Amino acid sequence: MQVINEMRIEFASKSNNESFARVVAAAFVSQLDPTLEELADVKTAVSEAVTNAIIHGYENTEGFVRMSCKLYKDAVEITVEDDGKGIEDIELARQPLYTSKPEMERSGMGFTVMETFMDSVDVSSKPGAGTTVRMYKTFKSLADKK
Amino acid sequence: MQVKFTNKGSTLVISIIGEIDHHSAEYIRDKIDAQMMKSTTRNIVFDLSRVGFMDSSGIGVVVGRYKNISKLDGKAAIVNPNAQIRKILEISGIQRIIPIFGSVDEAISSM
Repeated sequence: MQVINEMRIEFASKSNNESFARVVAAAFVSQLDPTLEELADVKTAVSEAVTNAIIHGYENTEGFVRMSCKLYKDAVEITVEDDGKGIEDIELARQPLYTSKPEMERSGMGFTVMETFMDSVDVSSKPGAGTTVRMYKTFKSLADKK
Repeated sequence: MQVKFTNKGSTLVISIIGEIDHHSAEYIRDKIDAQMMKSTTRNIVFDLSRVGFMDSSGIGVVVGRYKNISKLDGKAAIVNPNAQIRKILEISGIQRIIPIFGSVDEAISSM
């Protein structure tokens, strides 16, 4: 499938950049003209992935989060990457309601939300070497127009 | 981000205006907890009609306050979430313990 547009950004691991990242992703994706609901899905998934990078990857210490978006004719691929502490057990981290930080009132629903709002979510990580989350979503409203 | 409070009898109505994510969650949590300490609250209603966006951080805030109020035998309800928030609430299964209503009056009369 052909990539029709692409962007990459990098921002500090500060919690006020969570809204920045999801708004940027939604603005970039909106050029495909998906429905508002589909845009909200993308915003939510990006918010979860970036929050994970800040809270769990960097544990609120300084670092940079990278986000890239590739647009296809009727789909988007978004990658959120950090150079933080990494995930020891990815399968456990993806379990609904599992959280390594219950004292912070984290719901443990981050990956479940990403999986529900996007079509696919791939996670690669190594302890000490950061985490990469790659998410893909086909916009059905656009695919149906074919 | 704004958090407003209205007392309706023994029910505290919490109106959140803005977006709920990890960044704003701590502020919202602190505001609510301080208010609950000083009022004689029995039940709480989260009015989400003016929340444009919420991610799973919002689940933590709502469930955390629900746990506090249920220790005192109180109840909690959610009012008017938009479609995106409703989807998050449904995934989490939260509506099994915290029901969702279309208006504050409807929520209060169910308590």
